[in-house]
Amino acid sequence: MSVQTPNLEPKGIQGLGKPIKRKEDARFIVGKGTYLDDINLPGMLYMALVHSPYAHAKILNIDASEALKIPGVKAVITAKDLAAAGLSWIPTLAGDKQMVLADGKVLYQYQEVAAVFAETRQAAADGAAAVQVEYEPLPVVVDPYKATDPDAPVLREDIKDKMEGAHGPRRHHNHIWNWSVGSKEETEKALAQSEVRIKQHMVYPRSHPAPLEPCGCIGDMNKATGRLTVYMTTQAPHAIRTVLSLVTGIPENNIRVISPDIGGGFGNKVPVYPGYVCAIVGSIVLGAPVKWVETRTENLTTTGFARDFHMDIEIGATKDGKVTAMKVYTLADHGAFDAAADPSKYPAGLFSICTGSYDFQKAYAEVDAVYTNKAPGGVAYRCSFRVTEASYLIERSMDVLAHELKMDPAELRLKNFIRPEQFPYPSALGWTYDSGDYEKTLKVALERIGYYELRKEQAEKRARGELMGIGISTFTEIVGAGPSKDFDILGIKMFDGAEIRVHPSGSAIVRAGTRHQGQGHETTWAQIVSEELGLDVDKIIVEEGDTDTAPYGLGTYASRSTPTAGGAMALAARRIREKAKKIAAHLLEVSENDVEWVDKKFVVKGVPSKSVTMNEVAFAAYTNPPPGLEPGLETTYYYDPPNLTFPHGAYVCVVDIDKGTGEVKVRRFVAIDDCGTIINPMIVEGQVHGGLTEGFAIAFMQEIAFDEQGNHLASNFTDYLLPTALETPRWETGHTVTPSPHHPLGAKGVGESPTVGSPAAFVNAVVDALAHLGVRHIDMPITREKVWRILRQSGIDSF
Amino acid sequence: MIPAAFEYKRPMSLEEAIDHLAKHGYDARVLAGGQSLIPAMRYRLAQPGVLVDINKLPNLSYLSEEGGMLRIGALVRDTDVEFNKDIQHRYHLISDVSMVVADPIVRYRGTVVGSLCHNDPSGDWAAAAIAARAQMVIKGKNGTRVEPIDQFLVDSFATSLGEGELAVEVRFPTPNALTSGAYEKIERKVGDYATAAAAVQLELNPDGTIKEAGIGITAVAHMPLRVVEGENLLRGQKPSMELIRAAAEEARKIADPTPDARGSAEYKKDMARVLVGRGLLKALNRLGVAVA
Amino acid sequence: MEITLNINGTEKKLNVEPRTLLVQAIRDAGLTGTHIGCDSSSCGVCTVVLDGKTAVKSCTMFAVQAEGHSITTIEGLAQGDKLHPLQQAFHDQHGLQCGYCTPGMIMAAYVLLQHNPNPSEEEIRFGLSGNLCRCTGYQNIVKAVQQAAQMLQQPTGAAADD
Ligand SMILES: Cc1cc2nc3c(=O)[nH]c(=O)nc-3n(C[C@H](O)[C@H](O)[C@H](O)COP(=O)(O)OP(=O)(O)OC[C@H]3O[C@@H](n4cnc5c(N)ncnc54)[C@H](O)[C@@H]3O)c2cc1C
Ligand code: FES
Ligand code: FES
Repeated sequence: MSVQTPNLEPKGIQGLGKPIKRKEDARFIVGKGTYLDDINLPGMLYMALVHSPYAHAKILNIDASEALKIPGVKAVITAKDLAAAGLSWIPTLAGDKQMVLADGKVLYQYQEVAAVFAETRQAAADGAAAVQVEYEPLPVVVDPYKATDPDAPVLREDIKDKMEGAHGPRRHHNHIWNWSVGSKEETEKALAQSEVRIKQHMVYPRSHPAPLEPCGCIGDMNKATGRLTVYMTTQAPHAIRTVLSLVTGIPENNIRVISPDIGGGFGNKVPVYPGYVCAIVGSIVLGAPVKWVETRTENLTTTGFARDFHMDIEIGATKDGKVTAMKVYTLADHGAFDAAADPSKYPAGLFSICTGSYDFQKAYAEVDAVYTNKAPGGVAYRCSFRVTEASYLIERSMDVLAHELKMDPAELRLKNFIRPEQFPYPSALGWTYDSGDYEKTLKVALERIGYYELRKEQAEKRARGELMGIGISTFTEIVGAGPSKDFDILGIKMFDGAEIRVHPSGSAIVRAGTRHQGQGHETTWAQIVSEELGLDVDKIIVEEGDTDTAPYGLGTYASRSTPTAGGAMALAARRIREKAKKIAAHLLEVSENDVEWVDKKFVVKGVPSKSVTMNEVAFAAYTNPPPGLEPGLETTYYYDPPNLTFPHGAYVCVVDIDKGTGEVKVRRFVAIDDCGTIINPMIVEGQVHGGLTEGFAIAFMQEIAFDEQGNHLASNFTDYLLPTALETPRWETGHTVTPSPHHPLGAKGVGESPTVGSPAAFVNAVVDALAHLGVRHIDMPITREKVWRILRQSGIDSF
Repeated sequence: MIPAAFEYKRPMSLEEAIDHLAKHGYDARVLAGGQSLIPAMRYRLAQPGVLVDINKLPNLSYLSEEGGMLRIGALVRDTDVEFNKDIQHRYHLISDVSMVVADPIVRYRGTVVGSLCHNDPSGDWAAAAIAARAQMVIKGKNGTRVEPIDQFLVDSFATSLGEGELAVEVRFPTPNALTSGAYEKIERKVGDYATAAAAVQLELNPDGTIKEAGIGITAVAHMPLRVVEGENLLRGQKPSMELIRAAAEEARKIADPTPDARGSAEYKKDMARVLVGRGLLKALNRLGVAVA
Repeated sequence: MEITLNINGTEKKLNVEPRTLLVQAIRDAGLTGTHIGCDSSSCGVCTVVLDGKTAVKSCTMFAVQAEGHSITTIEGLAQGDKLHPLQQAFHDQHGLQCGYCTPGMIMAAYVLLQHNPNPSEEEIRFGLSGNLCRCTGYQNIVKAVQQAAQMLQQPTGAAADD
């Protein structure tokens, strides 16, 4: 590589499987990205929010008089003002509704109580600090298991007598819904007949995606045109436009949502937050653009949390280790409003993938959701709608079972995998797995890490009193929601659109309804089009995020972009190619049937020397179209996937434990992923590194915890712990490739597999290190103290 | 978040700085590295009316050895210490600390003296200053005082600094060839304050017995503490595993931590013991003494 | 109050309050490559270089304090069209995804390489541990810094292969 000639642009036709460098980097490495806070409009005002110090309290009085005296402060609004506009409550994605600003009472600490608008950021902050609110504290519900006690305080006065919710009957004033799948009776029978049974309780703690860029929005109502432009950190601009239209009554054509460069999303930037609504209302009321950018505290305390699943599992098996049945009961803590971002028919998301990679004949899963005095959310944090919880549950449980059976956890898995010839595989809980080769992937991982030698080393170390552990996770994901027959959000089907416009000179602009936040769409979408159309990848520009120009789509989350928009992109390109073929035939002066697409050129069958390129065809499409054919070379394709895709992987982790402090050191971590066809291996590897790091963080550090009064204990980065380069292990990655049979490219999506699959590998490794001391399970995050407690209880001590 | 408004003073001489401080009393705060003060101001936990920025004061950036003391001026940054080869070679305890305070970027601004003045209950420098028996040099209207560190550190976030006073220097005794130390800290991640940490300094007699011992622990009480009984046990004795265990146990005994997200009181107390033990072993190891 | 800041070699006159954080002043001067990610001085996305050789979290310094110092931000690294080796290397090694941490990370790496022109992987991880990244898992950032170190040591010759 030459230093003198920096090469930012990949050249030529670069299709699938090429690790080409990213096109979007060019602006980011020189500091010229445009993130939300980089946008400033003339006459723009700033908004700051007032938050509740209490987790549950009646609001007696709000006095804004001191705030309004501060120079530069223009207005203060509360729920009363919003009520006038019909916006004091908004619908959530989960069929519930939520307060925008506290209406009569607050339901969680840091809840938004008032919004202050001012000419400067400083004045807005000073104004927010000067608003006086009088509260009368009420008893709080923090523990979800106590939420439905008969005498539990009523959280939601608004629906306390409504015993039917969006997802069926409610059995208590703090109960939201009950959801189940599978046959309880048959499963219980099969369990009763099983030779061996294990039961385990485990908690997937509340977590927060915490992208480094906080959420924010600029509302810009142009009173002259009646048009509302909203700049917003959103992963789903079109869905936001529709929701905004529904809640504000502004016709959808008069709303333009622009999602600029996004500094990480991970599910955090899917929902509609009160701050967005207030900024928009502020702009409408005050007639000026209003900017609101969250503080980190606001981000961690009020925007979409993830997980908080409290799970009980029972698994039956034969004595020689063949699984027979699984029964799961989960209590889901949804906070004060049910604002989970799941497809409407699936209040517990895709949790029913909990049978994982194994051939369970019988299964039953049931989830109850409850209200507590915590912020709402339940977002798919680098996860496809509760797959993370499901994966952790089954992968952790397989180790518990292996322990019970005194079987090697790798052997137990090999014995129970769904076999390649069983695909398409109908799972006991109703999914049809598209493809997979679980045994192969696990064997690659075991080989790579040297599993059997490590087991020997472990035995030797144990004999010397040293503690090391090996953990395995062989997860199956379910992504790409989804087929319109099953998947919608608020009625909007979860397809995705792609538009391709090939210009006369052979360059192109392509647009998608997705919105990347670092996943590299500007490169991978271009690669798909380059592959399908034979255009230079550097002549294809990718644009996402502006609802005025991009085709409709439900956005980027839940690893759905490649399975949905990626499919749309490929099919749009193929539609272009069909038309191009007609033009090629015209140029080659043969019939269309005599033209074939070979090596990214149109060639006359049997006459390889006679060919035209896509560039030539593009030119002709505008200068010399065949008679009778519509000129131009543009198309839009909406792809409704026939099924979901089921990426899988095998992860193996080795840990060493410090007997003095309880510290866990991850020595090695091998991740073999199978995400089907790989579009850009460099980008896929990067996604895996990032996802593993978040999985590591969840296993050992990240937790949104509360004290008994409902005080939030992780309101900033000194308490909500994100790993740095020093704590983060070095990742060893690899792949097997089992294409999806139904995706146009065979691709399955990968962005989230590592976050889904890795936590169980870490926990399994730690438990494995301590298993001989009688340890069967430790809940995440695995802190030093949890390990220390086990060590000291077992009489192990050391400096 | 945005700090509350304040009046900004940028004195160009020590006298001027002291004048400002004397005039505004407790409404004024010294701004040194700002790495504790500015975050507190952003959360509006601190709302000083006047900030006296000492960063432009001349002659406070010295890091020099004089009269058997390493003198660290009030504007010496953590990184000045961290990157100093001489300190790495001879001041083992100080060098250890300089690599684990806060994070590498914060260390470019944070000052050693500012950290001692802040006296955070989990401060790293204070534990080291206790173990190494450092002294503070303080200037005010009434002249200069030199005070042993134990006297300077008064309580949680409180020192003996009076109204109108400024700390200008901290002095660490220069270790001889038979002296070494170590700093053992456990933190949940880089940039976190210690869950528990221990600073130790040992001076040996030529016969291998311990001449003097210093042990400071932090994050395990309302403020950094000296493990007096542990030091007493070590003094005059020949190093042994048994002795180290006994001395470390003294740390556990006096630790009186507040339970929080970093750990229960029980855990932190035990960590005080483990880390003192490890520190003593490391210091001895650096002196070429292997303990069985 | 009116202050003059030297940012990337250009004197900028700015109107600030004493409480204006340096990062805000830099951004208000139109240089939005320097980002804000927290209030607790934890994330490092605001890292800029002061006087060519020390790094500072520009959210943890008041703008008035930067008078008389030279400030280098991500926008000041490239020489005309020629990227700085760190910028080139972050691109080559896929050391960025969303790009939000990237300017701060590059500025931190810039200072790290001044003090240690040939750092080991461990030293890079240590030196960059004041800067968070949520996307990359740091592995490719480490590789990028290694590549940049090599490029800087052979300013005219060939540098690392990918
Ligand atoms: C992310 C982060 C992590 C951190 N982690 C740690 C850690 O692990 N361990 C640790 O010990 N510290 C930690 N700190 C604090 C950091 O080390 C500070 O630099 C240090 O505590 C204070 O030094 P300063 O020079 O920045 O002081 P400032 O913030 O400027 O001042 C702190 C206080 O001391 C007073 N003061 C300062 N200098 C003087 C003086 N010369 N005379 C009189 N009064 C003075 C000030 O008025 C103020 O009240 C962390 C800080 C951050 C931002
Ligand atoms: S913005 Fe997070 S450290 Fe400066
Ligand atoms: S690239 Fe997104 S935070 Fe680092």
